[in-house]
Amino acid sequence: MSNIPVELKYTRTHEWLRKEADGSVTVGISDHAQDALGDLVFVETPEAGRSVKAGEACAVVESVKAASDIYSPIDGEIIAANDALGSQPELLNTDPYGEGWIMKIRPAAEPETSALLDANAYAATLEE
Amino acid sequence: MPFIPHTEDDVREMLAAIGVAEIEQLFDEIPPGLKVSALAGVPAALGEMEIQRLMRERAALDAGHLNFIGAGAYEHHIPAAVWEITTRGEFYSAYTPYQAEASQGTLQLIYEYQSMMAALTGMDVSNASLYDGASAMAEAALMAVRANRASKSGRILVPATVNPAYRRVASSIAGGQGLAFELVPYCADTGTTLPEALRRWDDEDVTALVIQQPNFFGGYEDVAALTDWARAKGALVIAVVNPVSLALLTPPGEWGEGGADIACGEGQPLGVPLSSGGPYFGFLACRSPLVRQMPGRIVGRTVDLDGRAGFALTLQAREQHIRRSKATSNICTNQGLMVTAATIYMSLLGAEGLARVAAACVRNSAELVGQLASIEGVRRAFSGPFFHESVLQLDRPVGPLLEALAKRGILGGYDLSHDFPELGNALLVCATETRTATDIETYFQALNDVLRQARVALRPASLA
Repeated sequence: MSNIPVELKYTRTHEWLRKEADGSVTVGISDHAQDALGDLVFVETPEAGRSVKAGEACAVVESVKAASDIYSPIDGEIIAANDALGSQPELLNTDPYGEGWIMKIRPAAEPETSALLDANAYAATLEE
Repeated sequence: MPFIPHTEDDVREMLAAIGVAEIEQLFDEIPPGLKVSALAGVPAALGEMEIQRLMRERAALDAGHLNFIGAGAYEHHIPAAVWEITTRGEFYSAYTPYQAEASQGTLQLIYEYQSMMAALTGMDVSNASLYDGASAMAEAALMAVRANRASKSGRILVPATVNPAYRRVASSIAGGQGLAFELVPYCADTGTTLPEALRRWDDEDVTALVIQQPNFFGGYEDVAALTDWARAKGALVIAVVNPVSLALLTPPGEWGEGGADIACGEGQPLGVPLSSGGPYFGFLACRSPLVRQMPGRIVGRTVDLDGRAGFALTLQAREQHIRRSKATSNICTNQGLMVTAATIYMSLLGAEGLARVAAACVRNSAELVGQLASIEGVRRAFSGPFFHESVLQLDRPVGPLLEALAKRGILGGYDLSHDFPELGNALLVCATETRTATDIETYFQALNDVLRQARVALRPASLA
């Protein structure tokens, strides 16, 4: 059973979100996603300053067997990307909820969050 | 029986299973305006006997001429061993095979090809080939736009001294994808791109600068100055190069302070015959940080479970069978056979042999241009050194002169009047290592005669 921290929100496309004290949102991929992808060899992170819509592809993670888009879970603006992934993509495998974060987003005024899942609901999607 | 995997019964059964009456219905989502009902100008099918005869007749039209045309495709001597080996059953395929890793010999050959192209261009990595030099330049431009994320304009500066066919193909392939190709004018005296010509873009966002070396006129661009200008403003540099010339010239990877980022070009000079215009192959090489933006196959060297050396397709996540519509390109390895020939050609010649071929080209074209420019009514269009071709200006229209030369069995060069009308009656002439002193003397005499006759024919009757 994969690790699904209860304090995070999730998407059906396996991104996780964490609301930070400063109002920004940190985004990564779930433990389940990194396990399914296998050894990650490359991450293409988005540029800071780019505005994104919920559901918009804004990063790519590439493993030895697949390349997958990472979708923004909310409307907002990218304010930071995890540059460490450029030389250490394996952080996504070893610490998906910590050092392996992908990007930080400043949410738009009224972020649409109703489509986001809590840990239980996300765990349920993995059962399906 | 032809190789058609589905019988009519199979097709009917499959359509019934999905509840569709006719195959055409599967394409209903394509708007009618985009469909072509019939192809105009395509004649009725011919049988094998008729088509063989037709092709023999057409091939004969191309044979038996003394060729002085370059302009992107070059007649070089191809050692007999090249195609003897290339057409062996083990190699005789245009593609990387399915289950590529089961064909270690093919993968090793591609790996050797990539290694040689990387060494020749001074780049870190090469792909397994593209269609031709023109499509390689288009792919390089698309690659540059993907890679240069700091640049937002999609503006690619292309000197007018870049092969005009490449410029047209690049616009066709990449123009619809948001790229803007802007033309950099050349110096009328030297036929090269002066660094000053770039100044008008000093304060503009530029995604990449293309530099062809030697350029379409055969002359040498100041690649160091052009490269440094581009790098200083954050633009990528795309080198379009002749692989044979690289045996003598500075490789793109060493241009200027930082070198070019991408090198591409036409691979035909490396062991592929002119054969009426194709098939040829394009090469594409780049620096390591750009490799994920490079289209096409890449073969890597690795070790198996027992520690033995082996070869495998690598970085496949960029490719269409994995990334589907988000792949870097639809390119695979369909020019594999040409690449096989090129690899064998380069292996047979070696670095020294290739340098001797290049040196002979320089020598012979200098002799050709020197002789032709001594004829009354003929002069060089540009000053400065050149590789294996150069531009002549004549005192009358080039077309009729080329026709008169063709009647004497001489293909006299490439008429520039369509692509470069500003040059007047301009002719691009080429001599590779295959043109002997006698060949050049034959052309010299023929052009002399043809020009004299043209002068006589035009002289008013009263003076005759």
